[in-house]
Amino acid sequence: MKNPDAALMKYREYLGIDGIDGPLVVVRKTHPVGFRELAEIRDQSGTIRLGQVLDTSRDAVLLQMFHDTSGLTLPSSRVRFLGEPLTVGVTREMLGRVFNGLGQPIDGGPRPVGVREADVNGLPVNPTARVYPRNYIQTGVSVIDGMNTLIRGQKLPIFSGSGLPHNELAVQITRQAQTAEGNDNFAVIFAAMGVKHDVARYVIRSFEESGVMDRVALFLSLAGDPSIERLITPRAALTAAEYLAYDQGMHVLVLMTDMSNYCESLREISTVRGEIPSRKGYPGYLYSDLAELYERSGMVETSEGSITQLPMLTMPNDDISHPIPDLTGYITEGQIVFDRELHGRNIYPPVAALPSLSRLMKDGIGEKMTRGDHPHLAGQLFSSYSYVKDIRNLASVIGEEELTPIDKTYMEFGSFFEGSFVKQRMDENRTMEQTLELGWEALRILPVEELHRMSEEELETYL
Amino acid sequence: MRRQVGIVDRVHGPVVEARECQSGMMMELVHVGEAGLVGEIIKLSGNRGVIQVYEDTTGLAPGQPVYGTGMPLSVQLGPGLLGRIYDGIQRPLVDLKERMGTFISRGEQIPALNGDALFSFTPITTLDERVSGGTVIGTVPEGERMIHRIMVPPGLSGKILFIADAGSYRAADEIALLEDDTGRKHSLTMIQHWPIRQARPVRRRLQLSRPLVTGQRVIDTLFPLAKGGTVAIPGGFGTGKTMTQHAVAKWCDADVIIYIGCGERGNEMTDVLREFPLLVDPRSGTSLMDRTILIANTSNMPVSAREASIYTGASLAEYYRDQGYHVAVMADSTSRWAEALRELSGRMEEMPAEEGFPAYLPTRIAQFYERAGAMETLSGYEGSVSIIGAVSPPGGDFSEPVTQHTKRFVRCFWALDRQLANARHYPAIGWLESYSEYIDDLEAYWKEQGQGGWISHRRTILDLLQREVRLLQVVKLVGPDALPDSQRFILEVCSLFKRAFLQQDAFDEVDRFTSIEKQANMLKLLLQYWDMGSRAISRGATVIQLRRMKVVQELMKMKFRSDDNWDSLEGKLQRAFDRLELLYEES
Ligand SMILES: Nc1ncnc2c1ncn2[C@@H]1O[C@H](COP(=O)(O)OP(=O)(O)O)[C@@H](O)[C@H]1O
Ligand SMILES: [Mg+2]
Repeated sequence: MKNPDAALMKYREYLGIDGIDGPLVVVRKTHPVGFRELAEIRDQSGTIRLGQVLDTSRDAVLLQMFHDTSGLTLPSSRVRFLGEPLTVGVTREMLGRVFNGLGQPIDGGPRPVGVREADVNGLPVNPTARVYPRNYIQTGVSVIDGMNTLIRGQKLPIFSGSGLPHNELAVQITRQAQTAEGNDNFAVIFAAMGVKHDVARYVIRSFEESGVMDRVALFLSLAGDPSIERLITPRAALTAAEYLAYDQGMHVLVLMTDMSNYCESLREISTVRGEIPSRKGYPGYLYSDLAELYERSGMVETSEGSITQLPMLTMPNDDISHPIPDLTGYITEGQIVFDRELHGRNIYPPVAALPSLSRLMKDGIGEKMTRGDHPHLAGQLFSSYSYVKDIRNLASVIGEEELTPIDKTYMEFGSFFEGSFVKQRMDENRTMEQTLELGWEALRILPVEELHRMSEEELETYL
Repeated sequence: MRRQVGIVDRVHGPVVEARECQSGMMMELVHVGEAGLVGEIIKLSGNRGVIQVYEDTTGLAPGQPVYGTGMPLSVQLGPGLLGRIYDGIQRPLVDLKERMGTFISRGEQIPALNGDALFSFTPITTLDERVSGGTVIGTVPEGERMIHRIMVPPGLSGKILFIADAGSYRAADEIALLEDDTGRKHSLTMIQHWPIRQARPVRRRLQLSRPLVTGQRVIDTLFPLAKGGTVAIPGGFGTGKTMTQHAVAKWCDADVIIYIGCGERGNEMTDVLREFPLLVDPRSGTSLMDRTILIANTSNMPVSAREASIYTGASLAEYYRDQGYHVAVMADSTSRWAEALRELSGRMEEMPAEEGFPAYLPTRIAQFYERAGAMETLSGYEGSVSIIGAVSPPGGDFSEPVTQHTKRFVRCFWALDRQLANARHYPAIGWLESYSEYIDDLEAYWKEQGQGGWISHRRTILDLLQREVRLLQVVKLVGPDALPDSQRFILEVCSLFKRAFLQQDAFDEVDRFTSIEKQANMLKLLLQYWDMGSRAISRGATVIQLRRMKVVQELMKMKFRSDDNWDSLEGKLQRAFDRLELLYEES
């Protein structure tokens, strides 16, 4: 909704602002300004900083700036309100380009001329307009394909820890991803929030090496950039993704790293505003805010395209119950959880099988999709491996030699499972057949009576 | 004529402050700004008002007008609700899609009921008859299986001056005219309105006595819910709250299902929309969608409408209850509703209590669950509303406020267990932490079903599961070999019970629903194995021998059987033990 005079009001400029507190700016005595409107502050040198309206009333407007406020002065800053929220011009020409965290080009090229200007905040998809995602993506990574199958249109985050190879896995998935229908109409969007330069470099180089750079759009808000900018970065990236997927019918893979940095920026703003925190100082609306991002994935009736999200986050202290992974897990359609101990044992990808989950897998695997035995096979591997964990605890108390023969067999199964099924090379691209066969190879270690999840026919065919 | 009741003075998120609100009413439904965003006056003080806006307030600016409607936020009730999907304030989502496309934009008002649909009306009342709130004046078929009873709205009473003849009418056509005692005339249609935050009146509450049969073994046999009862399903992410809600919505023996997707995933609603129409209700033979109403206010939709969504759902449920139906309400997740309360309260700068939640959180939770119950309705029918609320505790820790307060107001608790979910033991309802306070209420029902052994069988197996915990603690320290066979057999039986009975595959055509009779038979057979097995051990058999019995495989697979030849399986079990006896008596 526009204010009646919005078109004119955006030329009105106010000289002087009334307060600055970190990224927050107060301006008094303005015309009626709309909630979430975009504002520009120009300092003496002519540099423009962008912000958006957080609170608007007759007496004062509260702005949250996306740029650093240091250097601003109260009397000499000039403010304009632009009459609408922050937008990015969306077009196919965004592919092959590099943008900053606000969606402005930083590769030296011109601002792409948008087919239309799209509000970065997006709009909720009507649930009746969604198409339930069912087509699986073969990533070539066994622990994912076999046990946590990725579905086109899914939002599946990687819960990692500092120093663990989540970027490597994301890159490997991006490189190897394949679907039954082939792959020609795809795009990759990479949103970097507060990550170090070399991480961005690593990811970009891998795109270059696989020759897909012209199908990638980068939105970079790196560690050196103002932290508040990160609140916009994923929104700008997802706005581009929605255009490519729902207007252009492309299959878009969105990599977002590191969501923990995003959440910290949100906490920062909330603290400066003096809001009542919920857990660990994060605002009570962290869930809804994250949902506004993660729900911008999936498929819709009016388009062939899809948005698959692979957000990455580092669990503070490797704690999965920390609000960031916790709330993420409550919104996303599963999670791939990394385990430092596996990493220490040189197992790549260090995916902890049990806490990992793909919620959409159940409708995308089995007969006519992957293979008929896949659902039971995955269930059996989970169930047997969870028993291995119990046995290992027992062994650490009574000693491995004291285990019963059957429990010793389980130990053997566990080592094979981790060392041969989960573990693979970073450039190893396994077919679904290979993955399922490896799963059976693991199960063959166990006596047949233990395979209670498998049907007679499956045992007959595959054992 | 639009009646202006205020001027926008401040906008911060979904909370709008207005001035010059003298003529506004508390809880009045209002339209805010030029775009006419739907809102509700939630606070009045002096000439200022606070409005909770149910749509995105982007662009709303001070100085814009607020218009009153003269009525509180209400639902529209009448035939044609079943099978449809609404947002948190009862806007029909399919119609919104037709009007606005894939994305939900703002300011669009579409009535909840389709005005053009014709219903075949049969009058029940006659001229000059005295009627009062709840009196059924006629019926219309709704869908293939339901008789929709058209009632006098609560609060009205008087004499019938006109009643329409049998025939086809639109829901908004006048079908009766009523004159009240003051001589005022009221035109009645098939539609009535009800303010969502108020419980609909009934004659009296009834004692609960029937189970809500869900076909889920761990629920019906171990932790049953009564029709008219309340249950919470707490669990960390991915432990199976939604799957449990879906399973109950699909297979329970309620007449009407109200499924509220409250602050959860869009795709989960799509999943229901895709799947329910294809599934056939075993009781009526019609599609499951025909008895279902969906309320979808997903996590990315406005948070204030999320707050309203559970009241919208409860009001729809009470309306069908008043017609004499058994209604089950699923709310997934009540934690997201509580968080919406917290967010709104925070924006109004109220004093927080625990973890930022407002001090009135427990009262609100209690009010919601109080809307459940088995009732004698104003029309004299028996009807019930059962409420099944998912709870999403942060970090999966049940000591947090929403779980704890909910526990005070529900009588049944299906605690989801992370360990079980990780081992893919589904449904991951933990048998140690879960409970049901409805056991005594339901005993008579099981007896009627010819399953008088239920209470004692249930107690036996729960007792074994308790003993298993203690034994496992010993095993953790010294290994299983240290236990005598009689105790190892307890472990064996519990593990069999978990696999053969508790684990239930929601995706298997047969396993997804188990009748009460089959549940009772399965449990009986497992306990016979336990009895005979213990006896055999005391006479010299070993656990290994018992484990290797072929018949154990059959017990394990009995959940997949669709026949009801339980006697033959019992005979087989008996013979297997006879053969075993020969074996160990030889040695
Ligand atoms: N009864 C069940 N049968 C089979 N799978 C289940 C069952 N319950 C849960 N699951 C599995 O667990 C996943 C998460 O369950 P869900 O109900 O979505 O969890 P929550 O709502 O608690 O986050 C599902 O996608 C499914 O794979
Ligand atoms: Mg859920």
